[in-house]
Amino acid sequence: MTRPALSGRVAVALVVVGAVLMLVPLLWVLALSLKSNAELMADTHSVFNGRYTLQNYADLVGDGQVFRWIANSLIVSLGMTAGVLILSSLAGYGFARLEFPGRRLLFVIVLFGLAVPEQAVIIARHQLFSWAELHNTHGALILPGLSAPFGVFLMTQYFRAIPKEIDEAALLDNASRFTIFWKLLLPLTIPAQATLGIFTFLSAWNDYWWPLISATNKEMFTLTVGIASTQMNFAQTEGLGFLMAQAVFAGLPILIVYLLFQKYIVQAVAGAAGR
Amino acid sequence: MAIDAPARARRRPAGWANALFVLPYLIVFVAMIVVPLAMGMWLSTTKSDLFGVEAQVGFANFTRLARDPIFLETVWNTFYFVLLTVPALTLIGLGLALVLNRPARWASVLRTIFFVSTVLSVTVVTLVWQLVFTPDGGLIAVAAEALGGSPVAFLNDQDLAMPAIAVTTIWWCIGLPMVLFLAALQQVPRDLYEAARLDNASRWKTLTRITLPSIRRTFLLVVIIEIILQFQLFGQPQLMTRGGPNNATRPIVLFIYETGWRQWELGYAAAAAQVLFAMILIAAMAQYFVASRKDDR
Repeated sequence: MTRPALSGRVAVALVVVGAVLMLVPLLWVLALSLKSNAELMADTHSVFNGRYTLQNYADLVGDGQVFRWIANSLIVSLGMTAGVLILSSLAGYGFARLEFPGRRLLFVIVLFGLAVPEQAVIIARHQLFSWAELHNTHGALILPGLSAPFGVFLMTQYFRAIPKEIDEAALLDNASRFTIFWKLLLPLTIPAQATLGIFTFLSAWNDYWWPLISATNKEMFTLTVGIASTQMNFAQTEGLGFLMAQAVFAGLPILIVYLLFQKYIVQAVAGAAGR
Repeated sequence: MAIDAPARARRRPAGWANALFVLPYLIVFVAMIVVPLAMGMWLSTTKSDLFGVEAQVGFANFTRLARDPIFLETVWNTFYFVLLTVPALTLIGLGLALVLNRPARWASVLRTIFFVSTVLSVTVVTLVWQLVFTPDGGLIAVAAEALGGSPVAFLNDQDLAMPAIAVTTIWWCIGLPMVLFLAALQQVPRDLYEAARLDNASRWKTLTRITLPSIRRTFLLVVIIEIILQFQLFGQPQLMTRGGPNNATRPIVLFIYETGWRQWELGYAAAAAQVLFAMILIAAMAQYFVASRKDDR
């Protein structure tokens, strides 16, 4: 029994080393963000000794543009989350419970949408938004995300799993389809709403390509695009510490949200991938 | 389902009203996916720029792609990147799941740590890793100097830039394969392990005879999901190397982006997008096929 026990301990040791490797880059960035730019320019080894300062964070707050980007990200992410939840719940109920002409075919077409990558539609989508003069608005950043078929797929599955007897009893009481949906069934889908909502929020918050090409006006940048715009001149920058403070500032809120809602986030991400 | 014909006919009007529930989504779906998809296919057969379609060129864009050395290089780069990342992500993810699939507190802390990078955006991730790789006081450079080595400019080296981006990506994405494997391990029936224990099977035997065969389907799914995800590589090279040095890190998606939004050759970019779409579609079909075989784990 000694050999397996030893191999088990080696495996655990390896995993611990891996965990340290996961954290070291983050701690490195945190350390640099606490050093003054001048000191870093002179000697990066000073990370390990010398004075730490919150000056970079003070500059960041004074600068203010980061708050504008955070506000944009919040508006877009919350808007997209609300939209996806509403559209997916309605459509999920329709596909799972109601009869209408072409229902089966439409559902298959929507499922096919799961296989369409962003790259296949983004050029024409960008053209359409140009023609409609919608670029550089919050609506333009929200709208494409509302079409993601994953939510419809998830909600349809979820509504199907709810016993039909519930609706049938209510139908006998002459309740309308919408009342059944709204009063009876929707409250039962809250776990699925949480999963879908968290997943949508996270993907909207971290979305990069579409905001990069749609929001070209600095005022309309989301946080992701804003942070990207500041690192374009990474090699020449004289404000390494400032850049790092920005990275910490951008990463921290989502990390805190992650630590608070870890269980749901992991569930949502895994669920979306393994659909 | 056993509704007789007259009853069904009487329900017709209500049937159309029922469609109102799916209508809002379908409108967005058509406007944001169906129309752009069709329009993209049509664009790929045209010569188009910012101001509109100049000419119908049939399949000329595709024959041009087949002969474009830069495009072919991006295809190769993309496959190379997938080869660097997908096996590593799958095997490391599996290893982590096997070690961390236990109720202990420390295991839960480690699971949290390995998933933490997944929630970061690509721009934060690339910022962090540029600071790890940069020869001017980057983490690796500082560590190398402390050990008597000399700093290496990973991102400016034609042979090292793509592996560096792969390492960044593995760090960023390792959480997903780990949790997919963890979920699968939770599904393995307990009585199988019970039986193995009664048979005095070694840990190694339990692993190779029970655990691994039980999660075969998940293994395949993780590989396919990661192929689809990593095939769409874009932000990391766009932000860390801009496709350089000498095109060594330019993947297909970056080619589409630059052709479309730097050179404004929309028709040509759309054609490249169709090629990528076809490749991803094949992988997605494979995923659907594997995922729908539910009975066979």
